[in-house]
Amino acid sequence: METETHAAYKSRFLPWLLLLPTFVILLVFLYYPTFETFRLSFYRVAFLGLRKVYVGLDNYREIFTNPEYLRIFWNTAVYSFLVVFFSMAVGLFLSVLANQKVRGWRFYRLMLIWPYALSPAVAGVIFLFLFNPQAGIVNYFLDVLFGLRPDWLTQPGLAMFVLVAAAVWKNVGYNVVFYLAALQNLPGDVLEAALIDGATPWQRFWKVTFPLLSPMTFFLFVMNTIYAFFDTFPFVDLLTKGGPNGATNILIYNIYRDGFEFFKTGLAAAQSVVLFVGVVLLTLLQFRLGERRVHYGG
Amino acid sequence: MKRRKLLSTIAVHTMLLLSVAVVAAPVVFAFIFSTQTPAEIFRYPPKFTFGSAFVENYRVVWNQYHLGLYMKNSLFISIAVTVGKTIVSFLAALALVYFRFPLKSWVFTFILLTLMMPTEIMIVALFELVTDLGWVNSYAALIVPFLASATGTFLFRQQFLQIPESLVDAARIDGAGPLRFAWSILLPMSMNVVAAMAVIQFVYMWNQYLWPLVVIREGERQVIQVGLRMLTSGQDATNWGLVMAGAIVALLPALLVFLLLQEQFSRGFALAEEK
Repeated sequence: METETHAAYKSRFLPWLLLLPTFVILLVFLYYPTFETFRLSFYRVAFLGLRKVYVGLDNYREIFTNPEYLRIFWNTAVYSFLVVFFSMAVGLFLSVLANQKVRGWRFYRLMLIWPYALSPAVAGVIFLFLFNPQAGIVNYFLDVLFGLRPDWLTQPGLAMFVLVAAAVWKNVGYNVVFYLAALQNLPGDVLEAALIDGATPWQRFWKVTFPLLSPMTFFLFVMNTIYAFFDTFPFVDLLTKGGPNGATNILIYNIYRDGFEFFKTGLAAAQSVVLFVGVVLLTLLQFRLGERRVHYGG
Repeated sequence: MKRRKLLSTIAVHTMLLLSVAVVAAPVVFAFIFSTQTPAEIFRYPPKFTFGSAFVENYRVVWNQYHLGLYMKNSLFISIAVTVGKTIVSFLAALALVYFRFPLKSWVFTFILLTLMMPTEIMIVALFELVTDLGWVNSYAALIVPFLASATGTFLFRQQFLQIPESLVDAARIDGAGPLRFAWSILLPMSMNVVAAMAVIQFVYMWNQYLWPLVVIREGERQVIQVGLRMLTSGQDATNWGLVMAGAIVALLPALLVFLLLQEQFSRGFALAEEK
């Protein structure tokens, strides 16, 4: 947009023709359903889905006052925070390790990031088995070491732990890729100056390296949050189904349930709108910080 | 001093190897247990070596649980979307970069805004739309909505802007029209972006779960990821050997693409960040 330098061709129809497929798809399959989601959120389905009744803001009132829905928001916040925090913290830790000038860092990098290529569904069924109370290998080790055989998926805290572990395991690689690239592009002179100042490695990391990584940290924060909001659906669906007793029911899973199991289309749409507002805020944040990153890069 | 350095090097390697082992452990265990019979899996202590049902488990999930068919379906939609999206995005970027036309900044914003609209958010409305179109249970529902994207368009746009403008001027002076220029100069010069995008799109489509779960209601057309779900819920007493065999089968193609095309993968990541 800012550069018209390459725009050598002029034609009245051709550019529109080239853009037509993109226009049609985006309009029909993204803009229209988004608009429809807003519209549906003001309706309630009656008579087995045969009729829609306009109910104004009733759906919103319901999701913002009913304790069951408030709990879903709370679960989503807790789950997202844990997934984002641990994905990024472990990712950063592993990148710093792999960035020590050790031989074979490329090999280590590859061996640390490959689970990123797996699907959440694959990760989900594998964790379902690992944490199975009877046949699972986790309980075997816990039994041998501490004499414990917890029933992972029937206790709220433990079920949440398994969901977080699976999501983090699958996504750490993504953070390693980006943090490692950022670490390798850090300006060497700044790090050297800190070295000469006699700062300890610990101080050097928190006072110099970590602030320099902050643009990347912001970018990864946004990407990991979006991952926690949406891509984690298979984990919940395969591992806990939102249970026990709604303890791990998060927004994206409940939208599916309300929309396709209970046929409460209006409520599902209203929850989608809430999630949509979250994504818009995150995206705006990313655009703002993204611009700043360019300046950081000098 | 030298001794300390050696010690710290050993410590770093140890921690890295430990991390590598932890990262790999779930899949390694999944593979080992995918070869065992239910009796072997429920043995105490567990058997940490290959079991006696290697061929049997994989044969059963492939045929009786139709993972072979689902793999074929997943492969088909992933390739269709990858190819389609590459073409559609390439053409859109061509218009955005190499043409002067009115309202261009509006077009740009129109595409940009869709970055904020993940399919998952509109799943209820999208399902109603697809139902109205009569696409429930069809590949069209799994393919068409994904054929255009802001990400793809901007990846190509970014690449085109890095190609010296003198090239397009030269082409124009030589009398090459825009399509000829696109085909014989732009496309060959953008192959790295094509490859990077293809890898990322393929894995993205291969891993789709929620939308196929909603829109495909009969077995025939199901994709592999949802097939795994059926494997865990389809039996009374879960035969974990079969489930793990299914997981290994389902992860192989995406992992293979990733390992063979790591370069493109990393480049795609880097590009996606710039967009």
